[in-house]
Amino acid sequence: MKTMDERPVQVGSARSGRFKKHHAEDLAGRSYTFICVALLIVIIISIVFFVASKGLSTFFRDGVSVSDFLFGSTWDPEGNQGDPVYGVLPFIFGSFATSLLAALIASPLSICASLFMTEIVPGWGKKLLQPVIELLAGIPSVVYGFVGLTVLVPFLRNVFPGQGIGIAAGSLVLSVMILPTITSVATDALSSLPRGLKESSFALGATRWQTISRVILPTVLPSILTGIVLGMARAFGEALAVQMVIGNAPHIPRSLFESASTLTSVITLDMGNTVMGSAHNDALWSMALALMFMTFIFVLLVRLLERRNRI
Amino acid sequence: MQTTSFRTEHLSVFYGQYEAVKNISLNFPEQSVTALIGPSGCGKSTFLRSLNRMNDEISQAKIKGRIWIDGVDINDPSTDVIQLRQKIGMVWQKPNPFYKSIYENIAFGPKYHGIKNKKQLDEIVESSLRKAALWDEVKDRLKQSALSLSGGQQQRLCIARALSVNPRILLLDEPASALDPVSTSKVEELIVELKKELSIVIVTHNMQQAARISDYTAYFYMGTLMEHNETEVIFTNPENAMTQEYISGRFG
Amino acid sequence: MKAKLTDKIATFFIVFFALLIVAVLVGLIGFILVRGLGYINWSFLTSPPQTIRAGGGIGPQLFNSLFLLVLTLIITIPLGLGAGIYMAEYAKPGKFTSAIRLVVEVLSSFPSIVIGLFGMLLIVNLLGFGFSLFSGAVVLTIFNLPLMVRITEQAFRSVPKEQKEAGLALGLSKWKIITSVLFPVALPSIVTGTVLASGRVFGEAAALLYTAGMSTPRLDFTDWNPMSPTSPINPFRPAETLAVHIWKINSEGLAPDAAQIAAGASAVLVILVLAFNLFARWIGGVLYKALTASKRMG
Repeated sequence: MKTMDERPVQVGSARSGRFKKHHAEDLAGRSYTFICVALLIVIIISIVFFVASKGLSTFFRDGVSVSDFLFGSTWDPEGNQGDPVYGVLPFIFGSFATSLLAALIASPLSICASLFMTEIVPGWGKKLLQPVIELLAGIPSVVYGFVGLTVLVPFLRNVFPGQGIGIAAGSLVLSVMILPTITSVATDALSSLPRGLKESSFALGATRWQTISRVILPTVLPSILTGIVLGMARAFGEALAVQMVIGNAPHIPRSLFESASTLTSVITLDMGNTVMGSAHNDALWSMALALMFMTFIFVLLVRLLERRNRI
Repeated sequence: MQTTSFRTEHLSVFYGQYEAVKNISLNFPEQSVTALIGPSGCGKSTFLRSLNRMNDEISQAKIKGRIWIDGVDINDPSTDVIQLRQKIGMVWQKPNPFYKSIYENIAFGPKYHGIKNKKQLDEIVESSLRKAALWDEVKDRLKQSALSLSGGQQQRLCIARALSVNPRILLLDEPASALDPVSTSKVEELIVELKKELSIVIVTHNMQQAARISDYTAYFYMGTLMEHNETEVIFTNPENAMTQEYISGRFG
Repeated sequence: MKAKLTDKIATFFIVFFALLIVAVLVGLIGFILVRGLGYINWSFLTSPPQTIRAGGGIGPQLFNSLFLLVLTLIITIPLGLGAGIYMAEYAKPGKFTSAIRLVVEVLSSFPSIVIGLFGMLLIVNLLGFGFSLFSGAVVLTIFNLPLMVRITEQAFRSVPKEQKEAGLALGLSKWKIITSVLFPVALPSIVTGTVLASGRVFGEAAALLYTAGMSTPRLDFTDWNPMSPTSPINPFRPAETLAVHIWKINSEGLAPDAAQIAAGASAVLVILVLAFNLFARWIGGVLYKALTASKRMG
């Protein structure tokens, strides 16, 4: 048998100049990537800090009460009818109305699109619709706004009473914009279903629609809801496309075809016309804070749905 | 000839609460092939992967016990694992050449370890490929992508790559299980040839292969080392009844 | 019998709605191109806009958009790669890692107007960079970073783990493995993803209104001194991009041909975004081929 000489290890001694190079390299790499991640955290903390500190001054410095702000239906920041009034309920209403309606229009279309791609004609259906969905996602929002303004608004004006602008126009534009979001989430969920699920239903003699409506859709419902929430989040935060077609009147409209506003549209238009630090300007920041708050809610909803989906 | 000693002492590997490898002390004599055999999930691959601490990158595996290479404990916190791994080459079940040229696959390691001279690198590439019995097949297309080679050629390239940094030990994790019979016998011949220079540890499911090429065989079952002896003894006259049953193909 | 009829009706509606979506896209793009293409010519693409008279072009805006994209990518790519690599290769499952994931998710869900406002407050006002290409690039980086992180992380995760192990067994440092073994394999999907993300950045307007600004100084395209206020490549000058320009002329355009200019500019924007999409697919394929089968490799 061989002798067990337990000499100290010789590796590296021949090239001692490079002895610790790999440690230095690893440390540099790890530090660099960590700094990048840390920067992400710094960014989010500063966004939250700056928006919150500006947005809260409406309540702490300008003395507007939170309930007057959130539930007041009069927006008169320049005090044209006496004292300035900062009620943003019309804009909150506008934001919720447009994004909910958009989700209502887009969801069935998106579900049909993803069923088309995965269940009806999985081959060419996917080849046809996948690029269509990607392109819809790629078109810039100002282009949606422009087309909405030049095609949709005149069309609505001719068909319905009113000027064509308003919640209806805004929701329709937004619905096309969030179609890709809902469709891609739903398609992912549908295509990751186990094969056996469908086949056992067919084996029981169920038709395709019975299989879809009783087996497939209930199974993927949490995923579809996730997609809808993500779509609504996008619609809620979209600024320019909505602003271009909604009319921008600061009140709660009496019909879908009457000029209205959303949180984003008011911020977009007024931010450039107010002086930083004025109460009017602070009120705009408070709306931005409300938008941010809604983002948190949407993220939370998505998380809850994903958790349910996992179980 | 440089000599190397390599052995484990009370080595255990844990995945959380689960003890995948239980208290194994095993010596790998020089210039010999040790085959690790046993049914799937018996811990032989986990054991092999812990020998060069491949597990710490991949999972939450915890290791207890010692692995001695030339008197250095691989598991000691002060040991420079990255440097030590140079001494322990490894080849996997599925060929995994780098997405680089054939030449670069071999030259990459030596270059990193400080060899800059082009002529010296050329020599290393040629000698490694010769040792892996691949030189004649690829010498005219060294600049081509390694992925253009056949599966068997890729696996020999991976062996050549492992040899390029001049290891003392070679760990082989079922190196022929994804290959056709012709490539398999080439790889087996290669292993027999290579043991003249280094100690080889091979995990295999193929009993004939273990019998053909190994000098020592260790039989694993449920994370425990059931039996370890010269291959001839294990295959002709095993002490343990379970070893006998496994080898004759009655279970596993 | 009834079940079969319902099945037929349901199938009809699914197909109908799916085709409706196709029709919407075809209609959208068709409308934009039909309206806009007639207006696009060399002088439209190169000459500056007119405020009140007809015949203005989009030259400076087009240049601004492209230049801003380049600036954004210069900042985004190193940061996005770094953070993505951390998530794929260094992050261990645990509280910290899930906190970062939450950060990325929240950051990617922020409305772009909110990010724009943040940029206006911090970069434009407090740090004093003013309405400038630089401010715009920082904001677009924040807007784009979460996507870049995801693209990078996914690309690295999809590299077979045996590649990493092979590098470890050769005694390479982890960083060397990341940069020299894994990165080349991940590169095609990173490039494809980056180009697609660029299309999104290119069309973004809301975040830029109050950061890059809504006006462009008179540019002298013979002045290439980056510090000169009229130089096109001065990163500290205000710059209205193409997307912002489209928004502006639609809401407050005074020129008699504002509608045509908006149509022309929209067509240019859509064509460029389409080009980004096609380019992304093409370059991904080319790089993948180069990686796996090329004859000449270093």
